Amino acid sequence: MAKLTMAQALNQALAQALETDDRVVILGEDVGRDGGVFRITDGLLERFGPDRVIDTPLAESGIVGTSVGLAMGGMRPVAEIQFFGFIYETMDQIASQAARVRFRSLGRFQAPLVIRTPYGGGVKAPEIHSDSLEALFVHTPGIKVVTPANPYDAKGLLLAAIDDPDPVLFLEPMRLYRAFRDEVPEEAYRVPLGVANVVREGRDVTLIGWGPSMPVVLQAADELVARYDVSPQVVDLRTLSPLDEATIVASVQRTQRAVVVHEAQRTGGLGAEIAALIQERAFLYLEAPVQRVSGYDTPYPMTMFEDLWLPDVTQVVSAALAAIRY
Amino acid sequence: MVAGSIAEQFPLLQRLNQDGELVGDLGVVTPSGFLEVYRAMVMLRRFDERAWNLQRQGVIGTYAPFKGQEAAQLGAAHALDEADWLIPTYRDWAASWARGVPLEHGLFFAKGHPAMGAVPEDARVLPAQVVIAAQTLHGVGIAWSLKLRREHAAALVTFGDGAASQGDTHEAMNFASVFEVPLVFFCENNHWAISVPLERQMHADTIAQRALAYGIEGYRVDGNDYVAVVNLVSELMARAREGEGPFLVEAVTYRLGAHTTADDPAKYRSSDEEQRWEERDPIRRIERFLMAQGLIDEEQVRAVQEQALDEVEEVLERFHRALDVEPAVLFDHVYAELTPQLAAQRDRFVARAREVER
Repeated sequence: MAKLTMAQALNQALAQALETDDRVVILGEDVGRDGGVFRITDGLLERFGPDRVIDTPLAESGIVGTSVGLAMGGMRPVAEIQFFGFIYETMDQIASQAARVRFRSLGRFQAPLVIRTPYGGGVKAPEIHSDSLEALFVHTPGIKVVTPANPYDAKGLLLAAIDDPDPVLFLEPMRLYRAFRDEVPEEAYRVPLGVANVVREGRDVTLIGWGPSMPVVLQAADELVARYDVSPQVVDLRTLSPLDEATIVASVQRTQRAVVVHEAQRTGGLGAEIAALIQERAFLYLEAPVQRVSGYDTPYPMTMFEDLWLPDVTQVVSAALAAIRY
Repeated sequence: MVAGSIAEQFPLLQRLNQDGELVGDLGVVTPSGFLEVYRAMVMLRRFDERAWNLQRQGVIGTYAPFKGQEAAQLGAAHALDEADWLIPTYRDWAASWARGVPLEHGLFFAKGHPAMGAVPEDARVLPAQVVIAAQTLHGVGIAWSLKLRREHAAALVTFGDGAASQGDTHEAMNFASVFEVPLVFFCENNHWAISVPLERQMHADTIAQRALAYGIEGYRVDGNDYVAVVNLVSELMARAREGEGPFLVEAVTYRLGAHTTADDPAKYRSSDEEQRWEERDPIRRIERFLMAQGLIDEEQVRAVQEQALDEVEEVLERFHRALDVEPAVLFDHVYAELTPQLAAQRDRFVARAREVER
């Protein structure tokens, strides 16, 4: 089995989707000749031609808005927004249009499009290139939000997202594009949406993360075992909307403590929703308040201070120990 | 490139003037067909007035009347073939009706009825769009899908003069022209975006001239002249199907009524202006023409009016019959499948609905 980076796994998924489904088209800024600024669509224009892999004018609302029309017209567009922070330019077309087509028409129309975008920080990018805006879309009915944390899930989740009859926002942790390799099967497999992954079984505390935070969470888990003799359970959510509540609740009922980790700002972040869910559904099991490790309530700070600003292993370990020693 | 001033390059095309005199030929319009168009317009006008009253009676919520824009809307809709798509706004119930959307959908829309966008399966019409200009991009996408699938069909997207100021309209015209999609941009320039007049909406003389910036053809037509609109748009749709699109049409018309039932135009425009446009009424000029041609007489005009009222009553009956809706349907089309969260919330909502009933 080939060992691929996340970038390669995503590229393979897109190629297989183009190969097997005539309705699939890829569109966005620089996705054709350039293969995307992160090279995720590298080589696809050459293989599938300019009717399938389309360099568009530089306009995010145009990219998503025309994708909504393409999808209602029976196509399966996979749109790329070059950086997550640029998604504000197309908020109406996502939140008021794509997400509401089915509801508005009582199911007469659907908008099965995928919007891929790089996600998370830590790569020394300019302003507005590293923001984590997932909570805005988790708060929006009608759209699904998915984020892989490893090459295997990246391929399987992307293929499942392209098959899905609903619009999917597909968040690709840009720090993980080439961070490590996984064994990735050649065939076009699917990882189901809406199902979290218990990456590591444990007894003492549940560490909940997703996407770009997962390497930090997993490293913290290793350290908790090695240095503190703590047995952590690790949950990678993979799909942020709809949330796999059952897995979260069952896990916390088992470990009685929970730490949620995300890069996004703290207030109104998805961590708050997960904490509320846990207190609603597992209150009597809890031995400690749910801990949150997150970014701060400032705009994302860009290059100079971003490493200091982002959640790190030490903070996750401290939060887990605080829950245990509470 | 055509030389000359903007006015020379984008003349106002007209075939039937406001006095009901032909100043061009009928083209694709037949005398018997024209009589049907007249009947339809009268019925639509009665419907529009009735919808206004229904809001005043508290039967429906906010309604946006199309009074005065019947010729523009029917002219555009009648230019479409069966396989063509219409992408309408919230004020386009006449156009949508002409393409197979029952008129009660206009009332559903104002009522917030869950079926407001449940367009019949055989009608190639998108649900009415309320976000100004959002639909222009959907029109491009629909037309693009026709092109990619090599269907011999085209699309027509409507928008207003206010929408022409939105960024989405620019992005749509730019995408459409770059990808040469089979689309007609049909602007119903009714001169008022709620209270803001056209001259505050833009500094240029016409909307049609924007075509120059996109390297496409633009046309300006008397939007209250059904004959001119249907002939122009028929020709452009035919050319769009052959891959010559996109095109931009500015139909110059006027919103004779208020923006919506929540608006009072007396606050921002003169009755003199309204009077001038009443004289250009799209229905009156057809009536004059048909009378002059001996195709109808006074008695038939009365019969058409009565028949229109009967038809509107039927629309209302269908509307009232459709009001018995299970509230739980709100949850059923958020996603293709009910999520566990929504399933639980649906149960609570149903229980709450029963409680309130009691």
